[in-house]
Amino acid sequence: MAEERRPKQCTVVLPTESMKAMAESIGVGQLQEESCAALSEEVSYRIKEIAQDALKFMHHGKRRKLTTSDIDHALKLKNVEPLYGFQSQEFIPFRFASGGGRELHFYEEKEVDLSDIINTPLPRVPLDVSLKAHWLSIEGVQPAIPENPPPAPKEQQKAESTEPLKVVKPGQEEEGSIQKGQGAISAEAKGKKEGLMRMKPRSTHELSVEQQLYYKEITEACVGSCEAKRAEALQSIATDPGLYQMLPRFSTFISEGVRVNVVQNNLALLIYLMRMVKALMDNPTLYLEKYLHELIPAVVTCIVSKQLCLRPDVDNHWALRDFAARLMAQSCKTFSTTTNNIQSRITKTFTKSWLDEKTQWTTRYGCIAGLSELGPDVIKTLILPRLTVEGARIKAVSEGPVVSNIDKIGADHVQSLLLKHCASVIAKTRPLPDNMEQYRADYGYLGPTLCSHVVKARAQAALQAQQVNRTTLTITQPRPTLTVSQSGIGGSGGSRSPSIIKVPSSLTLMSTRPGTPTQPSPPATKYIVMATSAGASSTQQVITLSSSSGSSVTSTVASATSTLQPLVKLESRGAGGLGGSRPLQKYIVVSLPTSASSSLESKSGMLPPSSSSTSPISLEAGMKMDRSDSPGASTQSPH
Amino acid sequence: MAAVQDGQLNLEVEKDIKTEITNDGSGNINASSSSPGSTSSGGKSKSPAGSGEDQQTLLAVLQFLKRNKLTESVDILRREAGLSADADDSPVSESAGAGSGGVPSVGADGGDANSLLSRVSIATPVAPPATAPPKVVAASGGEDQPDVNVVLSAYSQQGDPVLYPLYYNGLKKFIESVLDCHRAELSQVFYPLFVHMYLELVYNNHENEAKQFFEKFSGDQECYYEEDLRILSSMSKKEHMKGNETMLDFRTSKFVLRISRDSYQLLKRHLQERQNNQIWNIIQEHLYIDIFDGMPRSKSQIDAMSGSLAGEGKRDANKAKVFYGLLKEPEIEVPLDDEDEEAENEEGKPKKKKPKKDSMGSKSKKQDPNAPQQTRIPLPELKDSDKLDKIMNMKEATKKIRLGPDNLPSICFYSFLNAYQGLTAVDFTDDSSLIAGGFADSTVRVWSVTPKKLRRVKSAADLSNIDKESDDVLERIMDEKTASESKILYGHSGPVYGISFSPDRNYLLSSSEDGTVRLWSLQTFTCLVGYKGHNYPVWDTQFSPYGYYFISGGHDRVARLWATDHYQPLRMFAGHLADITCTRFHPNSNYVATGSADRTIRLWDVLTGNCVRILTGHKGPIHSLAFSPNGKFMASGATDGRVLLWDVGHGLMVGELKGHTDTIYALKFSRDGEILASGSMDNTVKLWDTLKAFDDVELDDFTAATGHIHLPENSQELLLGTYMTKSTPVIHLHFTRRNLLLAAGAYNP
Repeated sequence: MAEERRPKQCTVVLPTESMKAMAESIGVGQLQEESCAALSEEVSYRIKEIAQDALKFMHHGKRRKLTTSDIDHALKLKNVEPLYGFQSQEFIPFRFASGGGRELHFYEEKEVDLSDIINTPLPRVPLDVSLKAHWLSIEGVQPAIPENPPPAPKEQQKAESTEPLKVVKPGQEEEGSIQKGQGAISAEAKGKKEGLMRMKPRSTHELSVEQQLYYKEITEACVGSCEAKRAEALQSIATDPGLYQMLPRFSTFISEGVRVNVVQNNLALLIYLMRMVKALMDNPTLYLEKYLHELIPAVVTCIVSKQLCLRPDVDNHWALRDFAARLMAQSCKTFSTTTNNIQSRITKTFTKSWLDEKTQWTTRYGCIAGLSELGPDVIKTLILPRLTVEGARIKAVSEGPVVSNIDKIGADHVQSLLLKHCASVIAKTRPLPDNMEQYRADYGYLGPTLCSHVVKARAQAALQAQQVNRTTLTITQPRPTLTVSQSGIGGSGGSRSPSIIKVPSSLTLMSTRPGTPTQPSPPATKYIVMATSAGASSTQQVITLSSSSGSSVTSTVASATSTLQPLVKLESRGAGGLGGSRPLQKYIVVSLPTSASSSLESKSGMLPPSSSSTSPISLEAGMKMDRSDSPGASTQSPH
Repeated sequence: MAAVQDGQLNLEVEKDIKTEITNDGSGNINASSSSPGSTSSGGKSKSPAGSGEDQQTLLAVLQFLKRNKLTESVDILRREAGLSADADDSPVSESAGAGSGGVPSVGADGGDANSLLSRVSIATPVAPPATAPPKVVAASGGEDQPDVNVVLSAYSQQGDPVLYPLYYNGLKKFIESVLDCHRAELSQVFYPLFVHMYLELVYNNHENEAKQFFEKFSGDQECYYEEDLRILSSMSKKEHMKGNETMLDFRTSKFVLRISRDSYQLLKRHLQERQNNQIWNIIQEHLYIDIFDGMPRSKSQIDAMSGSLAGEGKRDANKAKVFYGLLKEPEIEVPLDDEDEEAENEEGKPKKKKPKKDSMGSKSKKQDPNAPQQTRIPLPELKDSDKLDKIMNMKEATKKIRLGPDNLPSICFYSFLNAYQGLTAVDFTDDSSLIAGGFADSTVRVWSVTPKKLRRVKSAADLSNIDKESDDVLERIMDEKTASESKILYGHSGPVYGISFSPDRNYLLSSSEDGTVRLWSLQTFTCLVGYKGHNYPVWDTQFSPYGYYFISGGHDRVARLWATDHYQPLRMFAGHLADITCTRFHPNSNYVATGSADRTIRLWDVLTGNCVRILTGHKGPIHSLAFSPNGKFMASGATDGRVLLWDVGHGLMVGELKGHTDTIYALKFSRDGEILASGSMDNTVKLWDTLKAFDDVELDDFTAATGHIHLPENSQELLLGTYMTKSTPVIHLHFTRRNLLLAAGAYNP
């Protein structure tokens, strides 16, 4: 009869300490211990009573979350004045404090400066309620449209691929049968429920006509020439819930595509294909484990292939390698298990070809990039010990007799890559001081440059520590910009730079990226410099930025990208500023685009090209832009 | 035994009266104690020690007399009452035991007698010991806390708190040792017994003992009582009991158990053998044991029916005849010359239409034997527009898709976007042209889901300019400038929990947390009436299928039947023990079903106001109800995620549909009743084969008479489909006239 022991229910009583604290808060000093005990029992009972009533309101409000208004209504039922001032859609963040032998949870009431409230522009009016109709089912079959959940949820896909021989449980059985019902006739689906011993629902991969059309459209758009279409297609891949059935096709498409285009050295197509991989991985409803055997070779090819483009001296295939390396790292993170050992196998592959003396600089670059994306631990154990050897090799190329231009470029790239990745790791692990000579002794040829990079990295880390870092919140939120940003940015980093895609050639673009992702601080320091001189000219910006982006970039496009980049920075900084650490900085950063808009063609059309006198207005506009995102993020956080 | 039954049959009100009578009796005795014998014997001899309660009273009187050294009258009274000396002695010995066990403060003898008296005389236990005349005590006590104390004082009977766990354990051991067939039945006693013992302990200030008792035995209780146990557990002091609604429910209503005669005898014998008065008293006082002849029920049978706050429905509560048939449709000439239909599909149509027409005609001509009289309750006259609508309805009905397991309906889902979790109620009009939503921000919004926009009637000044003779006067009165896809209705001052369109689409009802039900005009989009009567949140409201009447129910546990042109309710249906969470009209408008947080469904007769059905079996508050279109069956959904199917005529549970994992907020039968759609908080719509469900139930006379139904475990077979939304709880379902299923809910990102 006793099913399971329930947790003890009758013992939960508020501590008498709280009673004392509450009494003190309303001016009652010495409360006796007995009165405290009596009070706490009474209060606990009443609170429970109210909570139980509030639950009714939650149920009738058709919600799963108890809100403060439910409590208010419950109080009203009991003829008690509701608690005013606790309105909140989300939970109220209680703070904890202890001291003097007391522990307290309290609701922090910030002092609000009225003028601040008056001066800040009103938050955007929330969207009005609207109705939208879609087909949940058509004659018993659920259509695979974005409004409906994916036919096979990710967990199920994962379960299928990782534990293929598990006996299907009744719950899954149901889902399986529904999925089957979609492929076949629903009547057939119904009759076959009684097979608990059935191993695993056979997944059919027949595509409907619509799906075939979709596949065709998407693949054409992905490798076609129209960038806008491609962006749309990639967004579709990254978000559409109904792609599960088409996954094998996509995976084959990508692997075949890479195979062909590597041979033909078609860099652009390779990039497009990698972006498809990225989009597939971004899709929250897909679980790619079953298709890694096709995808990983394709990605690795793009990392380490000797030649990826027709003119290795001019074309920026390095960016592709970086991008693919990041993809590789991401899939290692997501799919590596003890059974498939992806990460260790990949690491071995990279290391082996890196250690090979005859490896070309391009492959060498790819190996290092691939390894260093795998994380600081890999860098520490595998790359740092070989810095000396690698340094010597670079030295041989750059200072020795000129062999070929290609080799020189390759060596340069390897050098900057090593410096970038190693510096941050060394900055974290190596104790101070940073002695130039010591570095030379430890790391050989690269030592001195590395030393200066480490110093920079340390300064930046210190700076970061000062700021409240909330960048991820706002930036990951807006969906349209997110998908556009796929071009350059590996998803590993927290901050993504939207609107990069506007630039025609995504290649040059990506080369500016290295500065941005996880460690944005060298630019950050520069911003502050600009902040003090508010009317900084646009040229100044370009200079500072391009210098910060580390690698050398073709200059014409760089100016365009760099004007966009402050915008990105800007948003993140604005969000950080919301935290309240340094309001001054916030304003300055926001003012950046106005100066940019005055000189270059304005990116946001609403800002009039104007003199410095109108800048406060446009400043507000900028503020509004990035503020309107954050309430949206808090009230209606996406998925 | 029969005497016990009779004694227990009394309703609560009658019981109060009775206690008053006995009180008078004891007062008489007291007053005439100097001249013993005659009066007391006159008062008491008529009720020999048959019912337990009277016996208790007698014992109390005897004890009082004895203490006042009136041995003579004691003897006389005892002789008259036919009580043996040992029966008299037992409470004394018990009180002695209590004394030795250490009852604090009051002297053992005095305390016990006092408490026993207080039971009889409606006195508070703190009243001075019996030296003062009990009548005065009663009066003063009554002024203090009339209701609660009457209710609570019954708990003042006490034994040794230490012995409670022993008693309980003893019974537990006994029940575990009986034959299997009886065990399940007798196990039902555990929960009410546990509750009442705990409450007794709490009432008598044995806080620690109560706590221990609770901890020791709460784990044994059935899991579906968990909610109540939680409430119970928070009650640890006598002061808490005052004003606690759940407590009052336990006390004022007897917990109903159905036990077979054999099992009951077994229990009775055991308790008498053991002299286990404590438990016996509780059973006598707080439990209603509905004894039936025949086989004891199995565990699953019991589990299916139990779970409500006050036990199962009594069998005789479901005996009244319910006219569940449909009313005869008024004869309306269907114009046969519908060219448009002819144009739509030429071939096959005429052949098909003929039999359809006939069947419909025959249906309307023959009076259903189970239907109530046409004029049983006065229904509004049909207006011309209603007739037009009926014709439209019939036309649509001919295009209706016949649903079945092989022919599932399409589902169109209306998502409310940007509702910020504020959508609390939804309704569609019968012709599916309008959709209304009630929101937590007190607004009601109406959308048109057809291209036809919502327009307001012109202002009075403009209306006077209209040519009233013109043919399109109905078009002309509308103000084209106000056309929009949605309208917002402001007026409530709290979340809108219930919403319902009138069948003629001219009105909209909404019920809210502010305690009012409002009637809105959909011509002017203004509030016409605010019906005030519920002082607490009104959880649900619904129009009668014939319009004019509507029902509302809320936190005050009373369902009210209103007519739109009366500002006061026509009927008040009282009887639920907790909030009324949902209300539904029977298709023939003669009955009203209410679902409640006490986990019962009641069916009320609109004409008489009587409760004609009490349906138990849900294990959580009921949040949705639906009648099948033929009026014969009902489906109900609750927070426990189960749908139960009921035969309204017999008052029987006929099916259980398991599958949902969260509260079911929406239930709807298809237009022909073959398919039941259920929508839940777990973001799914499920379709169930109800034809099969109702066919599978074999209803022979025996089960119909006893109500012991074997429910087939066939939920999986009956489930025709599960359709998951992305993240939208389903809170309303509606079948269009062509059997397209519409669902609605707020997208919950």
